Amino acid sequence: MIPVLLILIPLLAGLATFFIKNEKIVRLWSLGVSLITLVVSIIGLSVNDGSSYLSFHGEWMQTIGSSFSVKLDGMGQLLCLLNAIAYPLVILATWKNTYKKSNNFFALMILAQAGMMGVFLATDALLFYFFWELALIPMYFLCSQWGGEKRIAVTFKFFIYTFIGSLFMLIGILYIYSHTPDHSFSLESFYSTVLSKKDQTIAFWLVFVAFAIKMPIFPLHTWQPDTYEQAPTATTMILSGVMVKMGIFGMLRWLFPVLPIASYQWADFITSAALIGVIYASLIAIKQNDLKRLIAYSSIAHIGLMCAAAFAQNTSSLQGLMIQMFNHGINIIGLWIVVDLIEKQFGTRKISELGGIAQKAPALAILLVIVALANIALPLTNAFPGEFLMFNGIFSSKTNYYLWFTVMAGMGIILGAVYTLNMIRKVFYGNTNELTSNTKDIKWKEKLVLGIIVVIIFCFGIYPQLLLNETSDVVKTILDKFEIFRFTIQK
Amino acid sequence: MNLFLLLIVIFPLAGFLVNGLGRNFLGKRFIAFNACGQILASFVFSIIAFLTVKENGGQVINYFDFINVGSLKIPFEFQIDQLSSIFLLIITGVGFLIHVYSTGYMKEESHEHYGRYFSYLNLFVFSMLMLVLGGNFVIMFIGWEGVGLCSYLLIGFWFKKQEYNKAANKAFIMNRIGDLAFLIAIFYLIARVGSVSFSEIFSAASLAKLQATDATIITLLLFVGATGKSAQIPLYTWLPDAMAGPTPVSALIHAATMVTAGIYMIARSNLLYNLAPVTMDIVAYVGLATALLAATIALKQNDIKKVLAYSTVSQLGFMFLALGCGAYTAAVFHVMTHAFFKALLFLGSGSVIHAMGGKQDIRNMGGLSKKLKITFLTFVIGCIAIAGIPPFSGFFSKDAILLSAFEKNPVLYGIALFTALLTAFYMFRLLFITFSGKFRGTQEQEHHVHESPVSMTIPLIILALLSIIGGFVGIPEVFMHGGDQLGEFLSPVIKQHGEHTVSHSTEYMLMGLSSGLVIAMIIFAWFKFRNYQRKEATGFGKVLENKWYVDEMYDMIIVNPLNKFGGFLKSVIEKSVIDDLVNGVGRLVNYGSRQMRLLQSGQVGNYVLLMVVSMVLIFAIQFFLRK
Amino acid sequence: MPINYYIFLSIALFTIGIVGVLTRRNAIIIFMCIELMLNAVNLLLVAFSKMHYLKSAAVNATAGADGQIFVFFIMVVAAAEVSVGLAIIVMMYRNIHSVDVNFLNRLKH
Repeated sequence: MIPVLLILIPLLAGLATFFIKNEKIVRLWSLGVSLITLVVSIIGLSVNDGSSYLSFHGEWMQTIGSSFSVKLDGMGQLLCLLNAIAYPLVILATWKNTYKKSNNFFALMILAQAGMMGVFLATDALLFYFFWELALIPMYFLCSQWGGEKRIAVTFKFFIYTFIGSLFMLIGILYIYSHTPDHSFSLESFYSTVLSKKDQTIAFWLVFVAFAIKMPIFPLHTWQPDTYEQAPTATTMILSGVMVKMGIFGMLRWLFPVLPIASYQWADFITSAALIGVIYASLIAIKQNDLKRLIAYSSIAHIGLMCAAAFAQNTSSLQGLMIQMFNHGINIIGLWIVVDLIEKQFGTRKISELGGIAQKAPALAILLVIVALANIALPLTNAFPGEFLMFNGIFSSKTNYYLWFTVMAGMGIILGAVYTLNMIRKVFYGNTNELTSNTKDIKWKEKLVLGIIVVIIFCFGIYPQLLLNETSDVVKTILDKFEIFRFTIQK
Repeated sequence: MNLFLLLIVIFPLAGFLVNGLGRNFLGKRFIAFNACGQILASFVFSIIAFLTVKENGGQVINYFDFINVGSLKIPFEFQIDQLSSIFLLIITGVGFLIHVYSTGYMKEESHEHYGRYFSYLNLFVFSMLMLVLGGNFVIMFIGWEGVGLCSYLLIGFWFKKQEYNKAANKAFIMNRIGDLAFLIAIFYLIARVGSVSFSEIFSAASLAKLQATDATIITLLLFVGATGKSAQIPLYTWLPDAMAGPTPVSALIHAATMVTAGIYMIARSNLLYNLAPVTMDIVAYVGLATALLAATIALKQNDIKKVLAYSTVSQLGFMFLALGCGAYTAAVFHVMTHAFFKALLFLGSGSVIHAMGGKQDIRNMGGLSKKLKITFLTFVIGCIAIAGIPPFSGFFSKDAILLSAFEKNPVLYGIALFTALLTAFYMFRLLFITFSGKFRGTQEQEHHVHESPVSMTIPLIILALLSIIGGFVGIPEVFMHGGDQLGEFLSPVIKQHGEHTVSHSTEYMLMGLSSGLVIAMIIFAWFKFRNYQRKEATGFGKVLENKWYVDEMYDMIIVNPLNKFGGFLKSVIEKSVIDDLVNGVGRLVNYGSRQMRLLQSGQVGNYVLLMVVSMVLIFAIQFFLRK
Repeated sequence: MPINYYIFLSIALFTIGIVGVLTRRNAIIIFMCIELMLNAVNLLLVAFSKMHYLKSAAVNATAGADGQIFVFFIMVVAAAEVSVGLAIIVMMYRNIHSVDVNFLNRLKH
């Protein structure tokens, strides 16, 4: 029942939001709805695994073997929680931002949440695809209606890019579907389908393209900095905090266990691309002058590392990846909040025009430094256990190039420190200039939001086992599939 | 003992939280009291821990599972044993003195920055304690990065000056390079041994599992990690720049404690290093090279703190030499004595800087001995200690290192001795230029010069006393049987390697030689610098003054190319190649449809022609390709 | 008469028709050429029908006249086409005072 609630609450509430006219009520309503969703997802987290409350099966399109079946497992719990935490934070942090036709804005935001929830919960391939698109379309309207100056061109690119990916995925899903023994879209029959090596390769690339674009993996990333720059900040937070995780999630749920041979076979190739992307994005981030673009490239670098870890395909890397998906979402939302505060106050995001903010706004500076350091995985912050495990996973993966991969990923860590610290130095330290000499420090509402993020950062930094326990079963399921197929390959 | 160890760590953390959160409304007096009190409490508990260890030996305490994934278990555990208890004493003891000193030194800061300063300092002590108490490499790594963070925060404490912030960034990033190697070493250990806990890795069973090449690679990687934190070639250039921080910070972090973390780590892993003779050689050579290089640079520096910074790099090189020669105890011994006399020297220089109103150029000082009596006296003691004149503490520890070098290879000994002579020379150059002769600054400054307040001089006096007597815990065998109490105490952690191969008479001779030469060097320095007149360095001196141009070289070889490459990627590859490729696909579709559009000319004749041509083609294909 | 003669004549007529349609711009002449092509096909249908008539009739009494029936169909369709086509041409002449098809490219824009 809980997974259905997680989808239905935002879906119905989102549709209802279209009809609320008063702007203030819209905000309160959205905040309330997102809080309810958060409560439900926390309840979902506390229910024992295997409980009947965590799954739901309803008939949908019986004739073609598709059903409305959803399930909340460890990985889903984590990502639904991220999705549910993200919304109240984002709504609170952007409380002061005004939108024309705010009811439509919030309605679309909440609908996107419903879509993402569905993606994280669906155990039916067609349903998964349905929600995947449901999450994408509101994002398109959000960016194209409320975005920056170049929004039309940029959103067009974003939409076409991701949509082409989605279509390939649909073909891939149908391809696998046509090989299922009982012609069904359900996760179980997908998992039990055995495809030949050649078929797996075809299906793998068809489906992977969608995920690779969504994450995004170098060199398919160029939509991302533009979109993050042009989208309204609240949308950007959701896009980078939650939505990019859909790509990684999709790989873990729909790609690896279904097509283990191809995923294993192409691992080296994709890992190389992802890690080149890490270094590439980090180097570009060093030279960025625009805060939003800097964070966008930093996000590309982090996601590249996560993709590499996913393809390392062992317990350590996948466990690290799971908690890193959650923690990266939290951290990057924190960074966006700070950027939004800066942009609102000074009307610019250019690093070269800022400086010395720490003198006038110490609270903002301290909170940013904590979030930024968490983003570069300092120990005792939440990103450290995840990155540690992912690195360890990459290092102990079965590929021949594990050492190179580790060193390349490590370069990303060093360069990450370079661009983060340079950004802090140029924006927050030094002397104030004309623009920043009248800086005002943040108010309690922003302090509260960033404070919550900081609490989460330290909480999961000091005791990561809390999250690791949730996902250990899922990791085992994924890896078991690999083991079985590796066994059959050897035979 | 359980809660006990945790308390040692929690006191500084509490200090950090209270001072950090309350810096805006707490009074300066409370902040100072809180910061020092927490460290003092930690120190008292450390003494008790030390005594317990002395009585009952070490133990490992597991608090909770930090990470527990599949077969990989990383508990949050502390290990208290002989080695860590000594470090505990050094960190909290010297740390406490420096906290007290700071209350005087930082008095002029506004109370908000005062609170910030002490909270950082407490956080540093917390991280450093985590580092030495950590019962496995991951907990150690937490402290390891934590001290790097505090170092970053404190170097850039006066964040209005971008120079300082750049130095802070440099420190953090260079440390990160080392940290990466450290991390990879941990992964290697996980892959080969399956554990990160010291108690498991250093057990005979695990060590037997390791092949020689594995041991070499792991130890080398750990050593690279150590070069970052402990400022060795090639990652040493951040340490002199780190002098941008407040002077007590330089004393605590960049001389007495943090930079010795690398030595602690290698001493901790001594069993691993014993398996890798190749690494040992490399450690010894790198240490010696660093010692020599830094000593030559120190000869020509004119900033009082820079001289001390290079001296620190050089002394750390000595410690690594000792480690490389297998004399782990000697290295730890030198860490301890060095903590005393280098903290003393830094605090003394802080006192001088305080008196000079923030100026650090020794060319504008001189004749300060009359006005700063206590500072002068304690500084002299520090110089004698670092030069290694018996019976001051530096003599014993340095002698132990020189002896171990002699045992390994007389050539190493020769170079090390030469470096030791350089040390004596530049330290006394610093002493004489600063304190003797005539005052060379402005009248105003001369008027301003005054002795520092009690809160600053008392730590100086205590550290001076420790510098004098600190060496008596490790008196060599030749003087007194059973005099090497430190070595004996550490023996459960660091196995003493059998009998000395050097005969007593040779040992006496070596000691005499080094002491005699050092004294000769000091006298030489006295004649050369007692009446210092400023003159520009020329020729080779200029190269030394500019630190062999190493920073410039790094900029040229690494920093600038990377920067340029980043710019190239941003403006050329990203914009013109990848994005154009993506947009190109779109443009191709656009172009294609525009071309197709031309076919729809509206001319009926064209349509018919097309129709006919395609009909003919279809027939032709049907006709010729039908099987 | 051998069937070849019919075939060659039909091909010749058809080709003349095609060439006419392709090269002429006058709508009426194009129309006539289309008629020519249709009649070329008719001729062929009739010829083949005659050729196969006896053989088919031997098998099945009602079969064999299909080709000739087809021709009637074509003639009916052609007649309908001519009536519509000529009407269009008349309208065209009224509007643009010409029957040149090259002026009929308004749809392009």
